[in-house]
Amino acid sequence: MTALAPSPAGDLPTPSRLPAGRLRRAAAGLLRQPALLAAWVIVLLMIAWAIAPGLFTSASPYTSDPSVPFAAPSLEHLFGTDRLGRDLFARTVYGTSTTLTATLIAVLVAFTFGSVIGLVSGYFGGLIDLVTMRIIDVFLSIPSLLLAMVIVSVLGYSTQNIALAVGIASIASFARVMRSEVLSVVQSDYVQAAYGLGVGRFRVVASHVLPNSLSSVLALAALEFGTSVLAVASLGFLGYGAPPPEPEWGLLVAEGRDFVAQYPWISIIPGILIAALVISTHRVSTSIRRSH
Amino acid sequence: MIRYVLLKVGRALFVVWAAFTLTFVLLYVFPADPIDLLFDPAELRTVSQETRDQVAALYGFDKPVPLQYVDRLWHALQGDFGSSVQTGTPVVQAIVDVLPSTLVLSAGALVLAVIIAFAIALAATLTRRPWLRNLIESIPPATVSVPVFLLGIVMIHIFSFTLGWFPSFGDGNGIGLVLPLITLAIPVSGPIAQLLVRSFETEAAAPYVTTSQAKGASRPWIIVKDIVRNASLPAFTIAGITFGNLIAGSVIIETIFSRGGLGRLTQTSINTLDIPVVQGIVVFVAASFAAINLLVDFLYPVIDPRLRASLATGPRPTALAGAPA
Repeated sequence: MTALAPSPAGDLPTPSRLPAGRLRRAAAGLLRQPALLAAWVIVLLMIAWAIAPGLFTSASPYTSDPSVPFAAPSLEHLFGTDRLGRDLFARTVYGTSTTLTATLIAVLVAFTFGSVIGLVSGYFGGLIDLVTMRIIDVFLSIPSLLLAMVIVSVLGYSTQNIALAVGIASIASFARVMRSEVLSVVQSDYVQAAYGLGVGRFRVVASHVLPNSLSSVLALAALEFGTSVLAVASLGFLGYGAPPPEPEWGLLVAEGRDFVAQYPWISIIPGILIAALVISTHRVSTSIRRSH
Repeated sequence: MIRYVLLKVGRALFVVWAAFTLTFVLLYVFPADPIDLLFDPAELRTVSQETRDQVAALYGFDKPVPLQYVDRLWHALQGDFGSSVQTGTPVVQAIVDVLPSTLVLSAGALVLAVIIAFAIALAATLTRRPWLRNLIESIPPATVSVPVFLLGIVMIHIFSFTLGWFPSFGDGNGIGLVLPLITLAIPVSGPIAQLLVRSFETEAAAPYVTTSQAKGASRPWIIVKDIVRNASLPAFTIAGITFGNLIAGSVIIETIFSRGGLGRLTQTSINTLDIPVVQGIVVFVAASFAAINLLVDFLYPVIDPRLRASLATGPRPTALAGAPA
């Protein structure tokens, strides 16, 4: 019964408080894995682009320069220019925050609602669980891109609605993971022990069930980040997001589509960045999951 | 056994009914005024109240919602999902018309994806160099991380415009099918390959492999004779996910290659807010998904004798479909 260790007051031992030695070891480990290091660099760079785009480019994403339409990538225009002579590097850098914010909202929506639904379903069981799980089956039987498209068509076209739609479309998978975690935690000795000590239902859920079930759901959230970037960009590519002058990654790819024959970089460079971000987040989240 | 069959069939039917209900709520009840959705947003202001009333009566929007629901469900049960707002074609007909094109594309892509997945898993299992194995194992996650639209555009750029081998328009089932097929197969192969790599690994550590080795069987022989056969079965458990990937992929690929099909119909019907068609497609996709999972549930015990035994004796056969519950 070592699981009794968390005191009835409910403060769990937090292993996440990193001593300096562990931090140094993590850094040394990172140096031994160049791929992981590169993934971290890409993720952090793109977060920086999203937060302070002005630091990385002096060009504006909207001003067109009719004298240089379709310029190839060069030192002056790192990613080249589009048909209106707008600097594509600036458009990409400024577009990062649109894409990343939408992704973040999507993951938060899916995480929050999915966890709550999974918690309620797994904890109370019985009829509530049965009904919830059947409804979740239905959501899982519709491909999430299709579901997101339907939701966006009802909500109206905008980046926020894309974010909401992608989030709603992935609630089901979060709820399912949360539910199965809760089911196993509720059975565990320390939860039974807490009941035995006379701790109330609400306290048990708040201080034992929730914190112990969340880790797998958080791991899923990290993985889902990459998938959501893809979904957001795909919907943007299909034209359900921000209207054209707005720089959004999926839209940037779509705008260059008509010129692929002669000026392939217009859509291929932003496309490669999307792929790089998705691969990097995937790599980073897998490594985080492994180390826990 | 009969209980098991009934339970599974019941669940599949429930999914189809619930998909119908969900889309009804989303498309007909949720919007403040569903009639608005029937008109082109640009022309909305010019539409007179009289026309709106006529349209409302035509589509049954003047009736109370529960009545509309019962009415639509009753018709849907008879295979009538209404008619397309844009073209007037019955929804079922519209879907049947474009289905063959998507079926050819998806079936071809699926075959190719399975071949790619097996090649990756075999290569990862056969190699004895850890760095090469790591490299091969990093391919599947990469294939699902690259946006499908980027793949399509790169394919068109290289093979249509630079090399001129294939047309960039993918209509028809001839040479135009090659690029869309490869583009769709790549992301679909990812999850299958990932699963196969993992299951090859588990099987390679199984006691019967050690026995084979002790009896003097060579490594390639063991892999082909024992591991491949036993490790391939779990691939059926992600049939549903694969189906979803094929559908989602075809939406984007049919758009990029200007190819007619279910994906393109989905996109145009959503762009024009053709509600009956959208509902028809979603219900059709959910029904196909349910049917595929049902088929896997029933076929799996037939293919894997171990499960047949547990099904006959075990009290709880529900977990066998392997979908991580």
